[in-house]
Amino acid sequence: MSQTIATSPSIHLGTDYIGKPTSRVDGPAKVTGAAKYAAEFNVPGLLYGYIVSSPIAKGKITKIHAEPVLTLPGVVRVFSHENVPSLAWFDRSYKDDVAPGGSPFRPLHEPKIRFSQQPVALVVADTFELARYAASVLEIEYETEAHDTDLETKRDNGYEPARGKLGWVPPPPPRGNSNDAYHNAPHQHEAEYIHLAQHSNPMEMFATTVEWLNDGQKMNIFDKTQGAYNVQSYITKVFGLSKEEARVISKYTGGGFGSGLRPQHQVFLAVLAALDLQRSVRVSLTRQQMFSLGHRPHTLQYLKLAADDNGALAAVQHAALAETSRFEDFTENVVNWSGMLYQCENVKLDYQLAEIDANSPIDMRAPGAATGSFALESAMDELAYKVGIDPLEFRLLNYADRDQNLKKPFSSKKLRECYHQGAAKFGWDKRTPKPRSMREGNWLIGYGMATGVWDATQLNASAKACFDADGRLTVSSASNDIGTGTYTIMTQIAAQTLGLPLEAVTFVLGDTNLPEAPVQGGSMTAATVGTAVQAVCRAIGEKLLKLAQQMADSPLKGANFEDVQFVNGQIRRNEDTKQSVVIRDILPAAGEAQVEAETSTLPDLLKQSHYSLHSHNAVFAEVKVDEDLGTVHVTRVVNAVAAGRILNPKTARSQVLGSVVWGISMALMEESMMDHGFGRYMNHNLAEYHIPVNADIHNIEVILVEEEDDIVNPLGVKGIGEIGLLGVAAAIANAVFHATGKRVRNLPVSIDKLV
Amino acid sequence: MNSFTYFPAAAVDLAVREKVAHSNAAYIGGGTNLVDLMKENVARPTHLIGLKHLPLAAIENTTDGGLRLGALATNADTAWHPEVERRYPLLSQAILAGASPQLRNMATDGGNLMQRTRCYYFYDLATPCNKREPGTGCSAIGGYNRIHAILGASEQCIATHPSDMCVALAALATTVRVSGPNGERTIRFEDFHRLPGDQPERDNTLADGELITSLDLPPKGFATNYSYLKLRDRTSYAFALVSVAAALELDGNTITDARLALGGVAHKPWRDTAAEALLIGQPATADTFRRAAAKVVAGAQGHAHNAFKIELAKRAIVRAFKQATEMTPATDSNAFLNSNP
Repeated sequence: MSQTIATSPSIHLGTDYIGKPTSRVDGPAKVTGAAKYAAEFNVPGLLYGYIVSSPIAKGKITKIHAEPVLTLPGVVRVFSHENVPSLAWFDRSYKDDVAPGGSPFRPLHEPKIRFSQQPVALVVADTFELARYAASVLEIEYETEAHDTDLETKRDNGYEPARGKLGWVPPPPPRGNSNDAYHNAPHQHEAEYIHLAQHSNPMEMFATTVEWLNDGQKMNIFDKTQGAYNVQSYITKVFGLSKEEARVISKYTGGGFGSGLRPQHQVFLAVLAALDLQRSVRVSLTRQQMFSLGHRPHTLQYLKLAADDNGALAAVQHAALAETSRFEDFTENVVNWSGMLYQCENVKLDYQLAEIDANSPIDMRAPGAATGSFALESAMDELAYKVGIDPLEFRLLNYADRDQNLKKPFSSKKLRECYHQGAAKFGWDKRTPKPRSMREGNWLIGYGMATGVWDATQLNASAKACFDADGRLTVSSASNDIGTGTYTIMTQIAAQTLGLPLEAVTFVLGDTNLPEAPVQGGSMTAATVGTAVQAVCRAIGEKLLKLAQQMADSPLKGANFEDVQFVNGQIRRNEDTKQSVVIRDILPAAGEAQVEAETSTLPDLLKQSHYSLHSHNAVFAEVKVDEDLGTVHVTRVVNAVAAGRILNPKTARSQVLGSVVWGISMALMEESMMDHGFGRYMNHNLAEYHIPVNADIHNIEVILVEEEDDIVNPLGVKGIGEIGLLGVAAAIANAVFHATGKRVRNLPVSIDKLV
Repeated sequence: MNSFTYFPAAAVDLAVREKVAHSNAAYIGGGTNLVDLMKENVARPTHLIGLKHLPLAAIENTTDGGLRLGALATNADTAWHPEVERRYPLLSQAILAGASPQLRNMATDGGNLMQRTRCYYFYDLATPCNKREPGTGCSAIGGYNRIHAILGASEQCIATHPSDMCVALAALATTVRVSGPNGERTIRFEDFHRLPGDQPERDNTLADGELITSLDLPPKGFATNYSYLKLRDRTSYAFALVSVAAALELDGNTITDARLALGGVAHKPWRDTAAEALLIGQPATADTFRRAAAKVVAGAQGHAHNAFKIELAKRAIVRAFKQATEMTPATDSNAFLNSNP
């Protein structure tokens, strides 16, 4: 009885959550420490593994002196290629869902050294401190070979990658005649744009805790990853295990930025040791060892742009040469954007790789597009100056209403609104076009702008939902929340779909015992998992409606699912909302404890195939540059983003704020300094690999431009994880040019390049 | 990290005795650098002598009108000490330009002098380094040397000293008091740190077993016309590419005394008394400062990635003296960043 009163229709629950700013549902767990990360599961009898990393870039191990280390009390085992048991034979077993073409690196597989900091041994001991000490005194002899890590020397050794990876699209064939168009145009610009390797550096270091369960061979694998299923599939294939034997759990991830898309070597090593020792084992990387993982590849880009006297783009040529490893063809979409972002009939795009003796690169923060857009948007700025047109006006003049790469219309594209709203908020009209024309004391002030574009992708996913007689809804899907807000937006979608209060809904993720979802990356989780969550909640809704119709004097008798709405804890008729049933009353009345549903969803490819699906943004940046000293401060950024429907303006804004911070980082600070003599990144710590601190970040404003899209997916969302980063580095570099008259085409824009 | 034993010293002489008695011992104050070095296996002491119980944390006036900073006073307590703020604001400013609040709360004044270089190669056991392992070679020469020395370097080492505090201490002509097996002695600050020469493994002139007990500031604090300018790759929590401690005594617009020291450019805090001498008696103008700056970098030598520091140092010197003259001290070149305390 009391339940009925508590949910009486007079209480306005207000269950419209989608599009409303909503605080993170996982926030309290994170700030109280209740949220546990992979290295925090302190299971009984835990052993600790410490990775020994190769000091050389190429060669082979000739001898491992493990015996003295093994005599240390408490050291349990030294794993190396000399004693690793025979594992899966074929490359395909080592390929994860997002592996590039080639032969994946196999840790401790052979004496061969393929890259500096390659894991060469794992020392397992009773304590972390002992394992670390033992690793430091483990003597390993190497035979070195000449290595080559310098992409700059390989301009003539590029090759077109034959084998791509998930999401890679080779450049489209040339259109028109870009050579002639370039030569005949009155305004031309050509230049090379460069950035070195960059490392993702999420706050949480990679770690795996394997809990050895004494019932047979079963393990709980607590892993830092962006995709629990991807890790499970890799582990089961490599070690010949069943899915029941290797449950992967990843409830919280302290940042990923792409580095957790592929299973990293610590999970391989932890499982290897646990299986061999039949014990629980943890392996965690040090910050220094984080630089042994994949990275954004060092990339050289050559841009040729030409325009007529009216500012219409006559030719676009964009060629990129990126590093990859000797064993995999890591590919990303660097140049394709240049064929679709602006209207142009004469386009030639070229993407090549060159091998160096380093680990394979990996997707990092808007992979490919962050690289390509820096070059394209810098070059657009340079050409705008040559034509003598305002950079924003130049972009509007060349606005693309169709995707000329795909020869399709956009499903939606509110980039024009991004430009207008962003420019208005920023005060772009106060800009005087001439470089060095705005100043304040010692500071030269610059305004710069740039554009970004990213894919709106939906993949297949499954979700399960269970609504119980207490009125609680639990929805689950093995997705991930790398800090983006997945927990929150899925809770919002579920609550709104079934008209339940947010507090009555729990979303569960990061566990291979849950329905499958792809890795969290590429800005596709909201669309992919959100669609599955909405669908499974509808399935629950249909079941509830049927049961409600069986209630005595049900006002919903004869109604189809389309005839009713789930709002404020009720199912009610669309035409007469007073004709309603309280949802919490349904199961008790039916004598059911719960209703369950499981659903898989996939994109409507037929509907989508006629359109180009993309998010866009426009970034405006103000910099202050000390005229004498070359210090740069990004004092204002306005980022106007059109990314379809915004599920949660609060978490979406946070994502874009974070993206701008990383954009400032990319523009002014980040570079992994490879010493080619050693073939080794030398600034492999956060003291010397600089990322911004609070004092570097000033005013950032985010505009979430309204954009309706019923083609991308049923929710109309495009994802907002990457788009916020795009354009930021170029806008800043362009602003630096406007301030100083100096064009920096080699990121980062550090003091030494401006003095 | 090695296994080590720990001895909490109750008195200075006991600490010194303990140090002399062990062949591979190290003093530990705040531990903010030593523990890092131990984790990286760059330092492998087998015995640590804890100093935190020694009565060396006081900051007090000296009879000559100066101020004594106990070696165990923390960097934070020193920077915010009313007498330091009032009489030696250059020192406060320099300390606050370094590290982070958390580190400054732990780090001691004596330990600040004992910081080791942040050279990439020194920290990475996979690469040769004369400072870490004498005779193995200098990897920074011909390697990545963006953060390295332009002044006073040798064929053996181009590392820099990382401290901000020490740059101000050098400019202020501080005296370092030490206790050792042979009793107490004092060391002029400019004689405390060494240039690398052919012994880059030696950072300073402390004799075996000697322990810093205090830093004695002379009466003259240049509290009116001073600035500590620090140029770095980000606005906080980064080591200086170039930093300048500039201090002037003015009679009208005429310079009657001057101090100039640089950080981030040499194996030691780089005080240039010859450049100071060029300033004295001159008008406090940009031209004067430029002449002094040119003198400082006259013997500078750049490498592949750090040559920019030569021009940057010149400009930084001019700017720091301009700030000092105009009484607008600023750690960052852009004053809008210094509005928050």
